[in-house]
Parts: sequence; C-alpha cells; structure tokens
Amino acid sequence: MLTLENVGVQLGRRSVVQGVDAAFTPGTLTGIVGPNGAGKSTLARAMLALVPATGRISIDGDAVAAMPRADLARRIAYLPQGQTLHWPLTVERLVGLGRLPHLAPMSKISDADAAAIERAMIRADVQGLRTRIATELSGGERARVLFARALAVEAPGLIADEPLASLDPGHQIDVMELMRAEADAGALVIAVLHDLTMAARYCDRLLLIDDGRIVADGTPHEVLTPELLRTVYGIDARVESGGDWPTVTTFGRARP
Amino acid sequence: MTRFAPPRWTLIALLAALTLIAAVASLLFGAVDLSVARLIAAATGSGDEVATIILFDLRLPRTLLALVVGAMLGLAGAGLQGYLRNPLAEPSVLGTSNAAALGAVGAIYFGVAELHPAMLPVLAIGGALLSLALLFALSGRSESPLTLILAGIAVGTLAVAGTSLALNMSPNPFAAMEIMTWLLGSLENRSFQHFWIALPCIAFGSALLLWNARALDALTLGEDAAQAMGVNLRATRLRLLIGTAIGVGGAVAVSGSIGFIGLIVPHLIRPLTDRSPSAILLPSAIGGAALLTIADLGVRIIPTTNELKLGVVTAFLGVPVFLIHLMREKRLW
Repeated sequence: MLTLENVGVQLGRRSVVQGVDAAFTPGTLTGIVGPNGAGKSTLARAMLALVPATGRISIDGDAVAAMPRADLARRIAYLPQGQTLHWPLTVERLVGLGRLPHLAPMSKISDADAAAIERAMIRADVQGLRTRIATELSGGERARVLFARALAVEAPGLIADEPLASLDPGHQIDVMELMRAEADAGALVIAVLHDLTMAARYCDRLLLIDDGRIVADGTPHEVLTPELLRTVYGIDARVESGGDWPTVTTFGRARP
Repeated sequence: MTRFAPPRWTLIALLAALTLIAAVASLLFGAVDLSVARLIAAATGSGDEVATIILFDLRLPRTLLALVVGAMLGLAGAGLQGYLRNPLAEPSVLGTSNAAALGAVGAIYFGVAELHPAMLPVLAIGGALLSLALLFALSGRSESPLTLILAGIAVGTLAVAGTSLALNMSPNPFAAMEIMTWLLGSLENRSFQHFWIALPCIAFGSALLLWNARALDALTLGEDAAQAMGVNLRATRLRLLIGTAIGVGGAVAVSGSIGFIGLIVPHLIRPLTDRSPSAILLPSAIGGAALLTIADLGVRIIPTTNELKLGVVTAFLGVPVFLIHLMREKRLW
C-alpha cells in the first residue's frame, strides 16, 4: 500500500505538484494521465524519493524519505522515461542489473538471483535476445528488455514512466499486457501514460493530473469524460462508453 | 551481433601472469643486465655486492613503483569512465594530478625539495588534498557528473596556470629545467622511501574506487534508475572524489605526470569483458601495472643519449589507441 498525503513538489521556484492525496493498493494497475508538463513524471519521481517532496509519502506506513535507498529499491521497481544505455551490455547482463538492490556487498549473483533474472526474461519474452547487445536492439525489443530489467527486481510495486513512448501499437499492447499481468499477480502497478484509449483499456483506475493537482480520480469511465478532456487537455473529443472500456476519439483543439 | 569474452577470473589470471613477467623483466634488464642466476642469488642474500645494490637500491623500488602507480592510474581511469559514463575520461579530469604536480613544482621552485627527499612527494600530496577541498567547495553537494567535470576543469586549469607561473618566474634555467624534467614523469632514481609514501595513498584510493563497482553498474541506466536501484549517488561521488584525489595524488607525487595510462588501459581491457563498468575495474588496475612496468622497461632499454622520460613514452602510446577508437567509430574496421 502506497499512500500520498498532501504531497507537494517544488522544483526551483515553481510548484510542480501540489496537494496530492492518493492511496494505491496491491493488485491494481493505476494510470496517471494528463497533459505535458502537468507534473506526472515529477509525481512518480516523488513516490520514489528521487525529488524532495513536502507532505507524506509512505509504503505500508514507512515514510519513503526516511527509508534507506536499498530498502525502497526492493519495495518499488522503477522504469524511468526514455532510458539511455551508457554501455553496450548484453541483454542478460542488463536484465541482471535489476538484482542490484538484493545483492549484499561483495557477494556474487546467487542461484536465486539467476532464477529471478530468468523469470523476468521469460515474462517480458526476451529470452531469445539474451546474448544480443542491448544498445543494438530495435525500439520495441529494447523497451521489453528494459521492462525485464525492472521485473527482475521482483518488487511488490512497479512505477513505469511513459513505458509506451516510441512503441508501435503492437508493442504498446505487449507492454500494457505485461503491466496488467503484474497487477493481476498481486503487484501494485502505476504507469504514467499518454494514450488515453490504452490507459482506459488496461487500467483499473486513472488519475487525471493538471497543473500539479489531481482533477479526477476513478475508473476510466468516470475520468474520461468529454467535459474533463476539454478543460484539462483543451481538446474536443468523443468518448464511446458503451463497451468494457471507454474509447477516446479526438477531433481537434477545443474552441473557446 | 554476439561476442565472446573470456571468463572474468581467466582474464585476471592472464593479466596477473603478464604483470609478473613484466616485473621480472624489469628487475633483470637495464643499464647493466643481470642474469637470472645473479638475480636469484642477490634476492636470496648470497649474491655479489654489485648485483645486490642494483636489485635492492635501484630496480626493486623502481619496479614496485611502476606496478603500484600503473595500477592506480588504470583503476582511476576505469572508475572515472564508469562514473562519468564517458570513455574519454581519465584520471586528470578532476584536476587532482595537475594539483599534485603543482605541489611538487612548488617544492622545487622554493628549494624545499632539497631539504629532504620526502619533501617533494609530501608537498605534491598536499597539492592533491588542496584540490580535493576545492572540488568539494565547487561541486561537492551536487549530484550531476557535469558539475564535477566543470569543477575538475577549473581546478586543473588553475593548477596548470600555477605551474606555468613557476616556470615563467624560475630564477635560473637550471631550476626551470629541473621543473620541466620532473613534469615529464619518470621513475628513475626512486627509492623505497618513495614507495612507502605512495603505497598507503594508492591502497586507500584504490579501495574507495573498487567500492564503487556496483554503483557504476547501476549508473549504466542513468542517475534516476541507479538511485531507484538503491544507489546513494552522493556517497558514490564522495568515494570517487576522495579515492581519485588521494590515490592519483600519491602516484603523481612520486612519478611526476604520467598521462594516458588511465585512458588507454580501460580501452584495451573493455573488449575483453562484458563491458560493464564494474568488470573493468580490477583488470584495469592489473593491466595498468603491467603496461607502466613495460613502458618503464622500454625507457631503460631503448638507447637514447638523454634518458627517455616515461611520460613521453606513455603519451606516444596513447595516440594509436585514439586512432583505433576513431576508426571503429567510423566503422573502418
């Protein structure tokens, strides 16, 4: 259980996130949506104590700000936005980096770690790439490999920041299904997303953020309404809400 | 593309064997070549007087210094390249080696170096520590590698300016010559005293840099991901700063400025590993020890009228490595 109470983030003189109250429970996939610059990524980073935040953010009652980094790392895995790889590691070695939070100083990768790496590669379907060089993969392969790295942590929580960026529709579905499966297996999954229809289709719950505040919080049906899309995104959109999930078709910029 | 790399301990064993061969050769060859029999006799205490003096007063301290200085430079280069995620980083990017050189130049300039043989290295280490304090003041609290590079450039430039000033103001050509000669870098005429001054600095610096191994691996994925994997960036940076300043400072204090070892060795080692920053640390230390010992042997064996300086040889070694890198980038091979 991840709890945010009156959370605010100040970057420089600008208040990027303010007055956010939310609680996230295991077994749910929550999408954080909102326009560019709304503070979605900053909110995600605050949950991982990567930016200093006011208010209180806690996991099962323990404040993240006071938690040792390694401890927090074992509880929430993080997949940052648009990751760059600085060295040409093999896929297997890269996925293995996910075990770093579990390794005691000076110890080697144990059998349990090797098994976790294997499981993560199977779940993300990258076993076939294991000896390839990660920097030489295609965008879709690379996204799955980086996802496998986050899975290898085997943390009860996962926060993914725009995991669908630069993926084609097929690979977008693959990644969303991976996150759905994680949540169904009991994990607490939070994803920052831009594609509203994808978010609506796979998420149990959506948080709509605008100007650093939560403007709507609920099921996709509750959050994705033409009125909210108009005020938050400034777009005219039609929302088909007849099916299992709402689909959003945008027409253009809303006229004032 | 897939690739093959030897298992880690095989690589380390091979490099260690190469280093051992280089060290033995360094004891055998020089102005007067010793035979293996004379060397063994001298080492076991039953040799002739000349061989004993050559071994214990000249060759052994020189060889030991080449090993530890080379190891420190190789390790510092690998550690900095990993931390900055830049394959062109080398021990001098933090400016501490220039500051150590300035300390040594100050010792020569003010004549303090003549008071006692230990004065010069001690002042050089003082220079490195002073630069460390400056680096802290300029970038100690920040977590970004860029601020560290900028601070390093500032400190390094200041130290080079100071060294130039000393050359400019030197009272006579002999003093200028002495400074120049020292700056070129050499292990000639070093004693065990130098070794015992350098060793603790190098051991301490190396330990701090090796401690960073896991953090460097995590940084492969960037700073945010590394922190989210449990890495304390500030502690990592402190270990890097202090380890490099004290370790490289101690090395420069006894050898003068020897460039390029820290740059070349990680490049030579990287293709033989899985390319992760942690995998090249220890092999780079051993490889640095071997390379500097071989270069120092070359300095003694190559016949020249003036003795060739070690720093000059290593600088020439650096050129082909850059060319190979350039050609690989341009896909010429």
